[in-house]
Amino acid sequence: MRTITFSQAVNEAIAEELRRDPTVFLWGEDVAEAGTPFKVLSGLVEEFGPERIIDTPISEPGFVGMAVGAALTGTRPIVDLMFGDFLFLVMDQLCNQAAKQSYMSGGKLKVPMVLRTNLGATRRSAAQHSQSLQALVAHIPGLKVALPSSPREAKGLLKSAVRDDNPVVIFEDKLMYQAKGPVPEPEEEELIPFGQANRLQEGEDLSLVATSSMVQVAEEAAEGLRAEGYSADVIDVRTLVPLDEDTILASVRKTGRVIVLDEGHQSYGATAEIASRIADKAFYHLDAPVTRFGAWDVPVPFSPALEDQTVPDVARTVERALQLIRGEVARA
Amino acid sequence: MTARKTTRKTTKTARKAARKTVDSAGRTPEQLLEAYRQMVRIRAFEDNANELYLQAKMPGLTHMSSGQEASAVGVCEALDERDKITSTHRGHGHCVARGATFRPMFCELLGKEEGYCHGKGGSMHIADQENGNLGANAIVGGSTGIATGAAFSAKYLGTGGVAVCFLGDGALGQGILYEVMNMAALWKLPVIYACENNQYGEYTHIDEMLAGNMLERARAFGIEAEEVDGQDLLAVMAAADRAVARARAGEGATFLALKTYRYFGHHVGDINRLLLPDQGGGGTLEGGARPDPALRRGPPREGHRHRGGAHRNRRGHQPGGGGGG
Repeated sequence: MRTITFSQAVNEAIAEELRRDPTVFLWGEDVAEAGTPFKVLSGLVEEFGPERIIDTPISEPGFVGMAVGAALTGTRPIVDLMFGDFLFLVMDQLCNQAAKQSYMSGGKLKVPMVLRTNLGATRRSAAQHSQSLQALVAHIPGLKVALPSSPREAKGLLKSAVRDDNPVVIFEDKLMYQAKGPVPEPEEEELIPFGQANRLQEGEDLSLVATSSMVQVAEEAAEGLRAEGYSADVIDVRTLVPLDEDTILASVRKTGRVIVLDEGHQSYGATAEIASRIADKAFYHLDAPVTRFGAWDVPVPFSPALEDQTVPDVARTVERALQLIRGEVARA
Repeated sequence: MTARKTTRKTTKTARKAARKTVDSAGRTPEQLLEAYRQMVRIRAFEDNANELYLQAKMPGLTHMSSGQEASAVGVCEALDERDKITSTHRGHGHCVARGATFRPMFCELLGKEEGYCHGKGGSMHIADQENGNLGANAIVGGSTGIATGAAFSAKYLGTGGVAVCFLGDGALGQGILYEVMNMAALWKLPVIYACENNQYGEYTHIDEMLAGNMLERARAFGIEAEEVDGQDLLAVMAAADRAVARARAGEGATFLALKTYRYFGHHVGDINRLLLPDQGGGGTLEGGARPDPALRRGPPREGHRHRGGAHRNRRGHQPGGGGGG
């Protein structure tokens, strides 16, 4: 397998889907010549032309709403939403329109659109360009939510998203765009199915259940635990909707301890839902309280010294894991 | 407006007069009569829906389009099977005008499985995909993006189709309308913004909500804008024909301001703030008459030939199937 960046993997996925299906097009802000501020889409307009790689005005509700209408009428739009934080601008079009058309129409209407956006703090971008808002959309029935954790995942999940007949929101970790990883050759097409979590490491003492940017944190934390003589299961959730509960529960039933990690705010976040399901369905297998680790409940601060504190990191994950394993968690 | 109007005895002179009513698009008197029937059907539908609601047989809430029949029918008569519409919470008329049948519509209003959306949408969300109706929308202005996107895909796929966005004057307060009009103008999309100006956004009069002139808002984007008497079926048809021709010719979007009247309140059972002058509303119609939509130049007199017959309209539906107006 060759090694390419996360950004190249996304670019390849889009190019392959554009070549395969003429009803697929992409639009968003600065996607054509500029190739987005992250340069993820560079080169696409040269191959596919401005008819299929379309620069829009800075009108997020407008172009998301139009993508819904285009998806309802025979095309498969990929929408580039430059920052995940801009989801707040498109809530009506995404949650009241895209998410509900199929159900409200008794299944007669379909909205095969993909909203590509991103998540992730520690890029020194402050409170309105650093949020991880996946829980917000996962809360709305009718939207699928994918969270790739590596270049290979980014490509395989995006290709599946484009072929899905439902609206899919896919969050790319903007700090991972330059990260490299193994990805199958283009001729070995790989579609990663939704609703199948991926067990990355096998262990006995603890389960680390993580999404997106936190998968890397979980993997490094597992290494840290190994140095202390413990082993961890590392589960990449892959898609919040649909959620592969079975894989998560099987892991927790085996290890009896779990930390759920997600970069969104901890309160009412993705970690809360997953932890709740574990508590409901694996309670009698637990040797320690279900623990979760999300971002602090503060707007992301600008100062690097402050910002780094607000999101989960490897050291604090290892520390919590050791407390759980050693039975040092305070009992109220 | 009653169905009886359309069935007067034919005389030679009336036949001559009927031939003169053939409009600029070359519609036959039969087609015009069919359009008139569609208006009657809408009124009949709304009267029955109102009755069902007042008898507490219908769950939820519903918004009557009585009084606005000519805008729905006049615009939809200009469309063909390639075209799409999006509708509003006050959308029964658009749905009928586009060719829906009463039974699945009423079943939808009553939350039944046989409804157009299997009872999952209800009055405010009826969609009739087969007739190109992408659905009513319960968010004011919520379907402006959908319609404009449907126009984009018509252009992208080269279907030759046009998308009509029905919106009320209340939707002029929503920002997304201006975002999508901007893109429609930039990309010359085949979309028609059919603004049914019934002069009230929910309970509040347009004068309290709209600054400036609504036509100028569209014109600011370079979008062709036209004010039309929304109670005059032939005038609406003619304006819609022009808009459709422009759209199909690749000349882009049109904004139609269709001045009309809402005979009931915002929804059935509310404060029923009526518009007509003789009922204390702000309507300005001379003499306080009900501004019923009509073929203002008189109904075609040859219509009696189809009365009670097996005539089907071009969408294959039995006209007048819903009972008298």
